[in-house]
Order: sequence, then C-alpha cells, then structure tokens
Amino acid sequence: MSLPLAEKAGQHPLPIEFADEKESIKITGFWMFLVTDVLIFASLFSTYAVFRTSVAMGPTPDQLFRMGPVMLETILLLTSSFTIGLGVYFMRKGQVRALMGWMIVTILLGAGFVGTEIHDFVTFAQMGATWHTSAFLSAFDILVGTHGAHVTFGIFWAITLLFQLRKRGITPQTARKVYTYSLYWHFLDIVWIFIYTFVYLNGKIV
Amino acid sequence: MPSFVTYLIHTLFPPTVRFPDILLIDAGLVLGGLGLIGFLTKTHRWGWLWREWLTTVDHKKIAVMYLISAIVMLFRGGIDAEMLRAQLAMPSVHFMPAIQYDEVFTTHGTIMIFFMAMPFIFALFNAVVPLMIGARDVAFPRVNAMSFWLFAFGAILFNISFIIGGSPDAGWTAYPPYTGLAFNPGPGENYYFLSLLIAGMGTTMTGINFLVTTIRMRAPGMTLMKMPMFVWTTMVTSALILFAFPPLTVALAMSLFDRLFGSSFFTLTRGGMPMMYVNLFWLFGHPEVYILVLPLFGVFSEVVATYSKKALFGYPMMVVSVLAIMFLSYGTWVHHFFTMGAGPAVNAFFGLSTMLIAIPTGVKIFNWIFTMWGGRIQMTTAMLYQMAFIPTFVIGGASGVMLAVVPADYQLHNTYFLIAHFHNVIIGGTLFGLLSGMYYWWPKMFGMKLNERQGKVAFWLFFIGFWITFTPQYLLGLKGMTRRLYTYPAGLGWHELNVISTVGAWIMGAGFVALVYNVVWSLLYGERDVTGDPWDGRTLEWSLPSPVPEYNFARIPVVHERDAWWAMKQKGQTMAHALRPEDVHDIEMPKNTPIPFLLGVSFFVLGFGMTFKWWPIAIVGILGVIACLLFSGFDYDDHHHLEADVVRQTEASLGRLQG
Ligand code: HEM
Ligand SMILES: [Cu+2]
Repeated sequence: MSLPLAEKAGQHPLPIEFADEKESIKITGFWMFLVTDVLIFASLFSTYAVFRTSVAMGPTPDQLFRMGPVMLETILLLTSSFTIGLGVYFMRKGQVRALMGWMIVTILLGAGFVGTEIHDFVTFAQMGATWHTSAFLSAFDILVGTHGAHVTFGIFWAITLLFQLRKRGITPQTARKVYTYSLYWHFLDIVWIFIYTFVYLNGKIV
Repeated sequence: MPSFVTYLIHTLFPPTVRFPDILLIDAGLVLGGLGLIGFLTKTHRWGWLWREWLTTVDHKKIAVMYLISAIVMLFRGGIDAEMLRAQLAMPSVHFMPAIQYDEVFTTHGTIMIFFMAMPFIFALFNAVVPLMIGARDVAFPRVNAMSFWLFAFGAILFNISFIIGGSPDAGWTAYPPYTGLAFNPGPGENYYFLSLLIAGMGTTMTGINFLVTTIRMRAPGMTLMKMPMFVWTTMVTSALILFAFPPLTVALAMSLFDRLFGSSFFTLTRGGMPMMYVNLFWLFGHPEVYILVLPLFGVFSEVVATYSKKALFGYPMMVVSVLAIMFLSYGTWVHHFFTMGAGPAVNAFFGLSTMLIAIPTGVKIFNWIFTMWGGRIQMTTAMLYQMAFIPTFVIGGASGVMLAVVPADYQLHNTYFLIAHFHNVIIGGTLFGLLSGMYYWWPKMFGMKLNERQGKVAFWLFFIGFWITFTPQYLLGLKGMTRRLYTYPAGLGWHELNVISTVGAWIMGAGFVALVYNVVWSLLYGERDVTGDPWDGRTLEWSLPSPVPEYNFARIPVVHERDAWWAMKQKGQTMAHALRPEDVHDIEMPKNTPIPFLLGVSFFVLGFGMTFKWWPIAIVGILGVIACLLFSGFDYDDHHHLEADVVRQTEASLGRLQG
C-alpha cells in the first residue's frame, strides 16, 4: 500500500527505523500494544485510588513511604530516559558503538532503579507491611510492582538487543527494535511520573 | 499405597469429578484420543499435521482452525445448556446436585462467550479481512498464530477442569466473594482465571493485529470510506478489544493473586472490596457484548447487500453509528449492577446512557431494511439468518431498554427476564450472524457450497427452537424466577413455562445436529465453486478463486469504488483483471514456525502448574515461555520468497493467466 509516509520518502529521507514498510508497520503495532499497557496501568491506578484508604490494621501511606529512596529512583529513571534518547540519536547517525554505549548506560541506570525499589520493598516487608496486610498495600504493591516488573523486563530486552546489535549492526530491523524499545522505556518513565505524583507525593501530603 | 499417590488422586479427582456421567465422558475421551492417535499414525498424517497446521502462519488456515474449535465449543456449551434445561424442566428435579449445576451454568456461559463466540468471530476475521482489503496476509502473521495457540491452549485448560480437579462454579462473571479462597477452595476458579488470562492475551494480540491490518495494509485506493462494512466493524471491534481487555486482565489477575498469594483485593477482610471487581469486570463486560455483536453487524451488511443485489443503504450513516456505538459502549457499564446501591443520580445517568445506544442501533436496523427494499432478494440460508436477525435483535434490544429503566431493573435484575434478554441479543445477533457469515463465506474458505436445503432445515430448527426456548423465559422472569437456580418447588406457577422452554432447547439441539450433518455432507458431496464468485458478490474476496491460493493476490488490486469487485464487473473489467505473465513478480511470504504452538504449550504448562500450585511445573512453563520469546527475538529468518514462476503456474492452472 502506498502510504503518505512511503510516498514522501523520496523528499525527506525517513529515519532508518521507518524506512522499511514492514518495519514501520511493526512500529504502529507497538503503539497499539502501548495503548493496552496504558489501560493496564489505568486500571491499576484506579484500583489504588479506591483502596488508598483501606489500610485495615496496617500502616497508612504517610507512615510507610520514605521519600529519599523514591527521589533516587526518580532521578535514575528520568536520566535513563535521556540516555536512551541519546542512543536513538546516535543510531540514526549510524554510530553503532555510541548506541550500544548509551544502551549500556541505560541498562545500568535501570538496574539501579530496580535495585533501589527492591531494597525499598524488602524494608517494607521487614516492617511487616506486605500485601497480606491490607487492601491498600495489595494495591500499592501491584501498581508499583507491575511497573518494576516492566522495567526489569526492559533491562533483559535491552541485553538481548545488545547481542543483536553486535552481530548485525544497525539495519532497518535492529533499528526498529531499538526504537520500539526506546518507546517502551519512555512510556515506563511517564508511568513512573504518575506513580511518583499520585502515589508517593499524594501519600505524603494528603 | 504411597501417600503421594493418594494425594494425587485426591487433588486431581475429587468427588466433584467422580459423577457417573463424567466417568463415562472420561472413558469416551480416552477412547477418542487413542482412536485419533491411531488414525494419524496409520495414515502417516503426523508430519502433515505439523507442517500444514500446527506450524502454519497462513491466515486462511488459522481461520479454519478457529472455526473448528468454535464449533467443537458450541457443542460442549450446547451439551451444558441441555443439561441445565433438563434439570429445570420439572419442579424438584435432582438430576444434578446443586454443586454440579453451578459448575455447568458457569462453564456454559464462559465457554459460549470466550471459547465459542470469540473464536468464531476471529475465524471470520481471519478468513476474509485480508482478502477484502487486498492484502497478502495480516500485519503480523506470526503474532496471529500465537493468538490462535494461546486461545486454543486457554480453551483446553478450561475444558479439562471438569475431568481433572473440578470445574469453576461462580458463574461466568466470577464475582467475589464466591471466588474467594475462603468460600471456594478447590482448583476450579484457578482454572477459570488462568485460562481466561491466557486466552485473553491471545485476544488482545488479535485486536492489535487486525487494527494494524485494517489501518495499514489496505490496497491502494481503498480509503476509509471505501472499506467494506465488515472491514469497518473489524477495525472498530479491534479497537474495542484494545480498550476492553486490559481491565479484565487486571481484574482476573487480582482475583488470582487473592487466591494464590494471599493478597486482599477482593476479600471481605483486611479492607478488600468485592465491588471493585464488579466495576472492573463490567468495564470490560459491556464493551465485550459489543465486541460480540459488531462484527456480525458487519457480516449482515455484506450479506444483505449481496443477496439484495443492491449497494448497502446509507453507508456513511452505518459508519457513524458503528463509531457511536463504540464510544457509547464505554459509558454504560453500571447498568449491570443498578441494584448494588450506587444511588439515584449515578443510576439515572447510566440508565439514560444505556438507552442512548438503542438510537444508533435502530439506525442500522432501518438501513438494512432499506437495503432490502426494492432489491431482488435471494432467499439463501445466509439471507434467512439475516432476515431472522432483524426482528429477533429488535426484541432483544427492546427488552434491554426495559432493563435500563432503573426501577424496572430492581424487579427484573438477575431473573429469567435478564437471561431471555441477553440470549435474545446474543443468539439473535451473534450466533445468527456467525452462521450467516459461515454460510456466506464457506465457498471461499473451502471451495464448495454448503447444501442449501439442509442449511434451511437447520435454520428453521434454530429459529423456531430459539423462540420456544426464550419467550417463556421472559414470562418466567416476570413471575419472579431468578437465574442460577438449581431447582424449584412445585406450585409457583413456573412449571408449564419451563417445560415449554426445555422443549425449545431440544429443538435447538436438533438444529445443531442438522448443522453438523450439513457441514459433513457438504464437505463430502457439496457443489464445487469453480467461479470463485458463487453469489455474484460485491467485495474483493470474490475476485479470487476458491479456495484462495497461499499468496491471495498474484497482483495487488487497485481500488476505485466502494464495492470494488462489483464495480469491476459492471465495467467489464474482470477479463482485464486476468493477469499478464509479466505482471507477476516474486512474492514475499511469511515462513512457518513452531514457536507459536510451543508458546501455547508453555503457557498451558504454566497455567496447569499454577492451578494446582505445583510450582516446579509452573517454573517449567515459565522457562518454556522465556525460551520461545528469546528464540523469536533472535530469529531474523522469518520469510521466504515465492518464485514468480510458481505463482504463474498456479494462476495458469486456475485459468487466470493470459496467454
Ligand atoms: C439496545 C441495546 C441493549 C440494551 C439497552 C441493553 C441493556 C442491558 C441491561 C440494562 C442489562 C442489565 C440487566 C440486569 O442485569 O438486570 C443487560 C444485560 C446483558 N446484556 Fe444487554 N443491552 C443491549 C444490547 C445487548 C447486546 C447487543 C448484547 C450482546 C450481544 C447484550 C448482552 C447482555 C448480557 C450478556 C447481559 C447480562 C450479563 C450477565 O449478567 O450475565 N446486550 N443489557
Ligand atoms: Cu451491558
């Protein structure tokens, strides 16, 4: 099919990940997948909003949250969003080493994020605040935990991409894969901003 | 006996699966399975099965597999229905104990909606959407195969529940606290949640796939307003799936965690809130009923135009009303629980929003009638289903509007009136539409027509049986008979109506037998379709030979008009359409792969392990899933080239090549 995108290709060269029609269709598909993921998080957020006050015998958000580690996580994740952006920038310039370098930085920042989060959760568990305790904690754990699981998955995904890049260099296919990965990573960053605001800040203030 | 054997027997075969009828079925399944294995071995079909079916990524073959599964599931759900009706025919019958009755109504509803209607719809999507838009396959053929196998293994996981461990018994809606561990300790509900999670993943992927296919894979010239109506409804249904399945996934996962890992989302203790489940479920559930019916609106729009020999009346209004239904369907979910006390303002809002949906639906009904108006109508089986659909669906919709009147719903909620309402729309709309589509597109899928005489017999049995079954249920509802009642005493005035209803169910059962006979007979002796266009159709799929070659279109058509094939025929361009050899080029086709099948198996193992909390088995399943993902991540060899010469030969053998 002759898309406007493909027709214009002659005049403005498209970025490499869009240049091949088939790969470009896969990017559309990935956006659709992100739509479903947005809705998963929307459902989890609404559950959290409903259960926020159902603390039963357990701690309230205000008693539980410590802002120090959360600030650290935020800085790590936001920075990683920037570094993957740099990665894609160098990918479009065809510099595979720079791309891989920035991806490794991204992975390390992501791992720092996950490590801090796990440490945080373990601390809560030692205080006896697990999701057995109350509906609030169930909702909190599943919301933040789903996000954390996504980040963890993203780290492993990036590692498999590094192997592919090393073997094949930057081709329309690998470029498309890196690009969808970066979309995924930015998306997780946006979700985190909402978690930070609606869960942590809100829990501390209200 | 070593203790683990007793434990195994106890867990896998608790008393609830040791009823005589189930033991009989066990024996039948084992014999049938052995027979099948024997047959495949004797005729050396294993390789064929693996190469042609289990590893295929061809949308046309996937359609056939969906269709077979859907008909098998229609049989299973139908048997459940006959059992329910047998129990209710007379007062105080105890043919099934309460616990088994609960299991049977739960599996009936779940199977009919998730494992019969959904795959049947996907069978039609797969069979014709790429052909209608002039594409060689769907956007993501491998993902398409994964969707199928996730559905299939989800369905298998659900269906083995009644012979291993016990079926779920909390209704197809699976409300807590009925599903809570405290009240429902067996593995049954685990089966429900896990199988729906697995099949639901497949469905979400199908939604994504067909949305992208219809957005990005259309032939040149096919603008949005030139798409056949069925393609429109496919697109809109896919969008509905995208937005509806995530809340379901979340609700199911939370219920599962409550049961397996001791969280407290929907428990009655520690601040849990069952009401939250109900909201999430219906946030999915109401759009789901439109997922079930919109594709069939598309089918009817194709069928009515073809057999009336007229273009669809009011096409732009049809598109607008489909879109309106899509948006409105997200604003009505509370009508499923008016009685749970949300307060008059909320109830009034949702009552009105529900009634609003009747308007676009009414527009569509009028447009179908005006399409027939003044047309040369051919009374084929597919058209009969279309004609039966109109009054049936109108009455179902009208009873829906009655239920949307909040004070009336306080009386009618969860009575047989509600049961009659949704069977009226689901059988009248969804099932009739599916069968209509099956008769219409059968020649395209299999290369022969279904016998019309037999088809009409089946139709009349279904149609008459339907009304005899469900009209009495409206009256029973008004007389106060509630749903999910395993038996009732004499003297309430319910007896006669229930007898009539059961007789109707037998007639529908006879309709199913006639349908299967029709299919088998036609496969053996049916009239071959040599033209590729047996109904004098209007859309592009009829420009192809039946059955369609692997690559669909040797040359991608260019579309100028809405009913593209009809327009070509009018302008006498069908011969010009015959190919010149030099127009044929190499074609890139997706390559078969075992990964989707293996992914399905892995999820099945994972689901089975989690159902019984046998973690080592679950871990094996997870490892399988990871292996499949890794393998497909590193696999760049996913397509092959079909030589132009092969295509030329195929086309020539079909008489479609010039010179
Ligand atoms: C004008 C159109 C419709 C209206 C106004 C309408 C209205 C309603 C209302 C108010 C209820 C809730 C009744 C209660 O629980 O007391 C209901 C239930 C239901 N409707 Fe409809 N409906 C319409 C169309 C449909 C369609 C097209 C389908 C499916 C193809 C459908 C399937 C169902 C199902 C499955 C239930 C019951 C679910 C359950 O509780 O198990 N409805 N409808
Ligand atoms: Cu509804």
